Amino acid sequence: MINLLIAIVIVLAILVLAKVARVFELSTELKGENPAEVTEADNKTQSTLFMVMGLAYLVFVVYSFVAWGKHLLPPAASEHGAEIDNLMGISFGIIIPMFFITHLVLIFFAYSYYHRKSRTATFFAHSNKLEMIWTVVPTIVLTTLIIYGLTVWHDVTGPEPDDAMEVELYAKQFDWTARYSGSDNVLGKSGYRLITSENPLGISIEDGASADDKIVRGELHLPVGKPVVFKFHSRDVLHSAYMPHFRLQMNCVPGMTTQFHMVPKTTTKEMRQITGNDEFDYLLLCNKICGGAHYNMQMNIIVESEEDYAAWLADKKTFAESMGAAPVVEVAEAVQTEVLEEGAEEVSVEDGAVVETEETAPAGH
Amino acid sequence: MSDHAAHEDHAHHHHHGKPDFWTHYVFSQDHKMISKQFLITAIIMGFIGMALSMLFRLQLGWPGESFGILETVLGKWAEGGVLDPNMYLALVTIHGTIIVFMVLTGGLTGTFANLLIPLQVGARDMASGFMNMLSYWFFLASSVIMVGSLFIETGPASAGWTIYPPLSALPEAIPGSGLGMTLWLVSIALFIVSSLLGGINYIVTIINLRTKGMSMDRMPLTMWAIFITAILGLLSFPVLLSAALLLIFDRSFGTSFYLSDIFIGGQALEHTGGSPILYEHLFWFLGHPEVYIILLPALGITSEVISTMSRKPIFGYKAMVLSMLAIAFLSFIVWGHHMFVTGMNPFLGSVFTFTTLLVAIPSAVKVFNYLTTLWKGNIVYSPAMMFAIGMVSTFITGGLTGIILGDSALDINVHDTYFVVAHFHIVMGASAIFGMFAGVYHWFPKMYGKMMNKKMGYAHFWLTVVSVYGVFFPMHFIGLSGVPRRYYSNEAFPLFDALQDINVSISLFAFLGGIAQVIFFVNFFYSIFRGTKATKNPWHSNALEWTTEVNPGHGNWEGPIPTVYRWAYDYSKPGANEDFIPQTVPLKEGEEEVH
Ligand code: HEM
Ligand SMILES: [Cu+2]
Ligand SMILES: [Cu+2]
Repeated sequence: MINLLIAIVIVLAILVLAKVARVFELSTELKGENPAEVTEADNKTQSTLFMVMGLAYLVFVVYSFVAWGKHLLPPAASEHGAEIDNLMGISFGIIIPMFFITHLVLIFFAYSYYHRKSRTATFFAHSNKLEMIWTVVPTIVLTTLIIYGLTVWHDVTGPEPDDAMEVELYAKQFDWTARYSGSDNVLGKSGYRLITSENPLGISIEDGASADDKIVRGELHLPVGKPVVFKFHSRDVLHSAYMPHFRLQMNCVPGMTTQFHMVPKTTTKEMRQITGNDEFDYLLLCNKICGGAHYNMQMNIIVESEEDYAAWLADKKTFAESMGAAPVVEVAEAVQTEVLEEGAEEVSVEDGAVVETEETAPAGH
Repeated sequence: MSDHAAHEDHAHHHHHGKPDFWTHYVFSQDHKMISKQFLITAIIMGFIGMALSMLFRLQLGWPGESFGILETVLGKWAEGGVLDPNMYLALVTIHGTIIVFMVLTGGLTGTFANLLIPLQVGARDMASGFMNMLSYWFFLASSVIMVGSLFIETGPASAGWTIYPPLSALPEAIPGSGLGMTLWLVSIALFIVSSLLGGINYIVTIINLRTKGMSMDRMPLTMWAIFITAILGLLSFPVLLSAALLLIFDRSFGTSFYLSDIFIGGQALEHTGGSPILYEHLFWFLGHPEVYIILLPALGITSEVISTMSRKPIFGYKAMVLSMLAIAFLSFIVWGHHMFVTGMNPFLGSVFTFTTLLVAIPSAVKVFNYLTTLWKGNIVYSPAMMFAIGMVSTFITGGLTGIILGDSALDINVHDTYFVVAHFHIVMGASAIFGMFAGVYHWFPKMYGKMMNKKMGYAHFWLTVVSVYGVFFPMHFIGLSGVPRRYYSNEAFPLFDALQDINVSISLFAFLGGIAQVIFFVNFFYSIFRGTKATKNPWHSNALEWTTEVNPGHGNWEGPIPTVYRWAYDYSKPGANEDFIPQTVPLKEGEEEVH
């Protein structure tokens, strides 16, 4: 009912608008004016409006920095993030003045040079000197930005330090699972064909390296100041692991391992102080459209001292413990037969199914 | 009033006898009628695309709240008036697809390439009227299928306008990847055929059918823009077509181009060896040129309008052409900037950063040239000129944020956030739609022999520009706060609560923008029927299209096609009696030609 009313109102409004327009046109025509012809008065009014509205736009831009600037992300909580923040600052330092200068010029010209019968425009078709200036100056500025930007990019994506702790982030619709590599700092092999309800990451039981891996859901804990290298996997569609506070993002791609390494440098506690928000938590979000609950695919990240981290992790069961002795055999057999039944020969286990977590990391090398 | 109006009926259909309703309005091969068909289809599609965005802006402004209108419009997809999350994604997807392809590619180029090419280069029609007609019919079919897909049981395609697999390949992943995605792919395939048929025609006509004296370097910049656009389309759309075909194979015939190692719906799929990254490469190899396919015609229109209405030659004609060529060339080697965080080799990332940031140079040249054209001009503020100046502003605002995004190290943290949404809506969405509006207001007299109402034009412009910035400027801040795009709601993250006020005001501005477009709609259709009669050359322009009768018949010029003696931008040339010298006026003795 309400909707019908709304529809009627809209239709009526359109009709009224058309009628008003008609009346308007007739009355201007009666006055001997042409409702389409741009008059000198129009030029003056519109040029003034350009000045007023143009300046209002610039004021709005300033206002938005003041009003919303405080919502922006706090300083980076990772070492490489500080470099990125620096680059971001410099880039904004260039584009914001450019924005204001060009807009002021645009507004000023639009205001000053409105049409008057008494004036003629200046015939000025080109000037090699001017065009040279505004080709060369942007080139120099951009070259500087490119060089600086690529230096940062090089640092960020360079190889991880040898002592980096390996953590797998495993994405599926619609949650994250973390797998710590345990005392050997090697993640056991895994493959999508090994997935069962008890073994949702499809970790290979036969791989000795998997025994001490620890699987954690809900929260990701990281020791402060220690390099960590994330290995990203997805089992279904594309996802993207986004940790805005650490200036870190990497897509999770089925069939491929991606990676990103960082050193967290601010603990959650410290960041709560910096932001003045007692409930602050670092976030891991999904940032690649992945289905209906994409908007709620998240995990909290806790950065803490090494001792706290160790204490937290000590509680968690290893993969071997969580599978238990008996089921291990059963599952292993089930997997074996399943694979053989596929008729895909043994090769497929190596080729397609088992992801070599060690060697197939394209990023960062 | 025009003394030519009387000739109007006589001029009509002068060359081809008396066609009936069907050949004149429906299966027309006259480029001017085809242009109007494109425009009206695009206006309708524009309204649909915009309406979809308002539906999801309701959810984003007031997440979880119940709106009767949503249930009325969407039925089971908004039970109790609350939008379904899958439908949210579907709306975003179809909104993006319609605006990008149907309105700003098919609509913008289809309208102005068809209207202007023969008129501005001096030809009786397009090289192939028949292909041209087909181009429209494929476009219409594609549009109808895309809109039709909104009404099917499992919902329309929902994987975003970029339809990345595996999401788009697997109905298990999202319901919209069933029949909805099939229709999307069919629609886009038809669209590509349409744009190839059109593009070939545009290129051939511009190369071969220019009138005597119309050398390439005397062409108006609109012609250059459309020419370059058509080449871009011809080189890149086939790649999208192949990407779509491979996706169809993966979806329907069990191939594994994009799929590998997938466990979904409780089972492991057979696909092995493919990669979704391959799809991204193919998609963006079109996708990036596509954004310039959208932008260049708008830049061309703006150049023409700014020069004409400033009563000044466009500043740096050659630089304008060269910068368009440079942008076009570069647009083929920057696609990887959409993929910095896909895990591609960091060295490759560096190369794409380098090429991407280079694009800013020709873009800057264009902006400075526009500004210099305005300098010491004698600006007539027709509604078209308002939009042209607005376009310069949006191009600056949005282009500058490209410098942030193009830097791979910075893109890590803003990729796929609202910062990107702000960037491309301002630099592409707003600039292109402003260019399109400028074109409609400017050439309406040529299309319909009538003038549009200027007061409504002014109101339309101011409300539109206010709402564009009101909607998209704040999104920069939302993005820099770390909010991802394509989120149904931010309520799952208490950290983002503080931003909800901004989302409310964005939604309000979006509705204001919608209302503003109603003014345009009314003005457009009202003026077709009741507008004041146009004169032959209402803007005192130099270009060739204004030497035809007010309502040119099929064949465009009654007598022989005029000969061209100069470039299109001799405005306020010293020594001339008037502030414009049409291209058909021979050089005076001793007069120097500029271009
Ligand atoms: C100074 C020039 C420009 C640069 C350096 C630039 C750079 C970029 C970059 C790096 C991205 C990817 C951001 C991301 O997804 O993380 C992007 C996105 C985009 N840009 Fe630009 N851009 C520029 C101008 C333009 C222009 C002129 C247009 C269109 C007319 C445009 C349209 C787009 C679109 C549509 C997207 C987003 C596509 C999507 O993800 O849905 N850009 N731009
Ligand atoms: Cu996800
Ligand atoms: Cu791009």
